[in-house]
Amino acid sequence: MSVLIFVDIAEGQVKKASLEALSYGAKVAEQLGTSAEGVVLGTPKEDLAALGKYGVSKVHHVNNPALDHLDAQVYTKVIAQVAQAVSATVIIFPNNMDGKSIAPRLSARLKAGLISGAVALPDTSNGFTVKKNVFSGKAFANISISTPVKIIALNPNAYPVKAGEGTATVEAFNATVDTPKVKVTSSTKASGEVPLTEAEIVVSAGRGLKGPENWGMVEDLAKVLHAATACSRPVADAHWRPHNEHVGQTGIAIAPNLYIAIGISGAIQHLAGVNRSKVIVVINKDPEAPFFKAADYGIVGDAFEVVPKLTEAIKKLKGIS
Amino acid sequence: MKILVCISKTPDTTAKITFTDNNTKFDTNGVQWIINPYDEWYALVRAIELKEKDPSATIHLITVGGADAEPIIRKALALGGDEAFRVNADSHDSFYIASQIAAIAKEGAYDLILTGKETIDYNGSSIGGMVAELLDLPYISLASKFELDGSKATIIREIEGGEETAEVNLPVVVSAAKGMAEQRIPNMRGIMAARTKPLKVTEPIAVEALTSVTSFGLPPAKAGVKLVPADNVDELVRLLHEEAKAI
Ligand SMILES: Cc1cc2nc3c(=O)[nH]c(=O)nc-3n(C[C@H](O)[C@H](O)[C@H](O)COP(=O)(O)OP(=O)(O)OC[C@H]3O[C@@H](n4cnc5c(N)ncnc54)[C@H](O)[C@@H]3O)c2cc1C
Repeated sequence: MSVLIFVDIAEGQVKKASLEALSYGAKVAEQLGTSAEGVVLGTPKEDLAALGKYGVSKVHHVNNPALDHLDAQVYTKVIAQVAQAVSATVIIFPNNMDGKSIAPRLSARLKAGLISGAVALPDTSNGFTVKKNVFSGKAFANISISTPVKIIALNPNAYPVKAGEGTATVEAFNATVDTPKVKVTSSTKASGEVPLTEAEIVVSAGRGLKGPENWGMVEDLAKVLHAATACSRPVADAHWRPHNEHVGQTGIAIAPNLYIAIGISGAIQHLAGVNRSKVIVVINKDPEAPFFKAADYGIVGDAFEVVPKLTEAIKKLKGIS
Repeated sequence: MKILVCISKTPDTTAKITFTDNNTKFDTNGVQWIINPYDEWYALVRAIELKEKDPSATIHLITVGGADAEPIIRKALALGGDEAFRVNADSHDSFYIASQIAAIAKEGAYDLILTGKETIDYNGSSIGGMVAELLDLPYISLASKFELDGSKATIIREIEGGEETAEVNLPVVVSAAKGMAEQRIPNMRGIMAARTKPLKVTEPIAVEALTSVTSFGLPPAKAGVKLVPADNVDELVRLLHEEAKAI
């Protein structure tokens, strides 16, 4: 018996969502009185033994360059082999691109119940129940899994990374690896920028900004906060900003520590994707904007005046001149 | 080329979310239903665009649901698509639904199976992956572009903080995200034509669900907004730093 955590690596580096999954998995293992073990596919640049810091005793490494790019079909078969070898009863994924591609496949393959988008630790007092978001963040559901093997895909920013002491034993795992059918020909990484789903702070702006030429002040604010930038749907639809910045019910759902909404009215579809943010700040010139009802802090004022001042005030706080 | 598009019925995006039966059931009273936006705007419209380029292509739609799902599938047929299947079953869990779709898909030997990236009610993002595994086909999730050249598909998929271009030969299962197509409005001709397009109702295959909902709940309401005057952003920064500890 063990808890197996899929550790997702991008360009050789362990992703933050995976560190969260590791910390979460270690806690689940503790709840179940068993060991937490990681599985890494491909060729990481990092020292895998260091993953022990997050609570795993062992890391199973399938070192095969065919696994450097995601082909969910190939990955699933490999992870299934590891899961069977270590008698995993709970398998944990980060609920990101990799997790969303692999976890459902593995669920169908192993006939193991899947909870995708988990936001809390399992309740094992009576069966095995996990809380997940439903209705695009407008509600949650407690879902119970009835199968012997259980799969959880953990939402980003739902469980804190907990680093302690410890090193993991790294074991090479000899798996049968099929030839990938999916060939990755190129990838563009907005390097240096913070991925939206993993960001601690998100600065977001809407139609109130009037046009794409006014985004400089949004980017300046994001920069001093090391934040990712986002936008409302009409802004993406008008091509003022790229599609991958569109948050909300029909865009990306996020749950950062801090969400700053500038010139966004706070329509129900927008709120659905952002209302799990821990702290929400709204800057809007209309005191009646519905967003204020969902906010923790607010400024009723003109974004063109408030935002540059806010950036300066934060620079002052951080001692940046 | 044969395309299968998975269509799900979801509550309208403005629907008030409440629960009944001691928080174990979604209260459908007064709820308007729509085609899941990702299924409609991206998966279905992209399929229609592919058929516009290659008129020999056929598009089949599938939904798993009761008779109350028929207006939704007819609406989808009004946008496009040649015929539809409805597997006559209440939804249980993703695995149950995926198994029903896979059973139909296997018989139809489709070249391309499209789903939305997730439904806006259950947010499982699981159906595509499960169907792909049940059929042992490659799967590309969160695709924001899909181009076809003969039997070779070139797909752009969203990854954390970027995107990736991948190539794969048909048959393949793809989940569609924003960017893949532009939303369309059905026209009168489409609506009329949809009335007579074949809609085949089949009974579900026997499958055990792997998960079940125990209860629902609503997130706690916010305590109320603290307003800071526009000429005192320093105070906002102080609150965010000292009180909220967010910066
Ligand atoms: C099926 C469906 C799905 C949808 N999904 C999404 C989704 O996923 N995400 C999403 O965001 N929307 C979504 N929408 C759209 C949503 O209903 C709203 O139309 C949209 O969120 C509004 O965007 P906005 O707040 O940027 O613009 P507006 O509603 O136009 O609001 C602009 C705001 O800016 C303020 N403002 C103007 N000038 C200034 C200034 N100088 N300084 C400060 N404030 C100013 C105004 O007071 C106003 O509140 C969806 C709609 C539908 C029907």
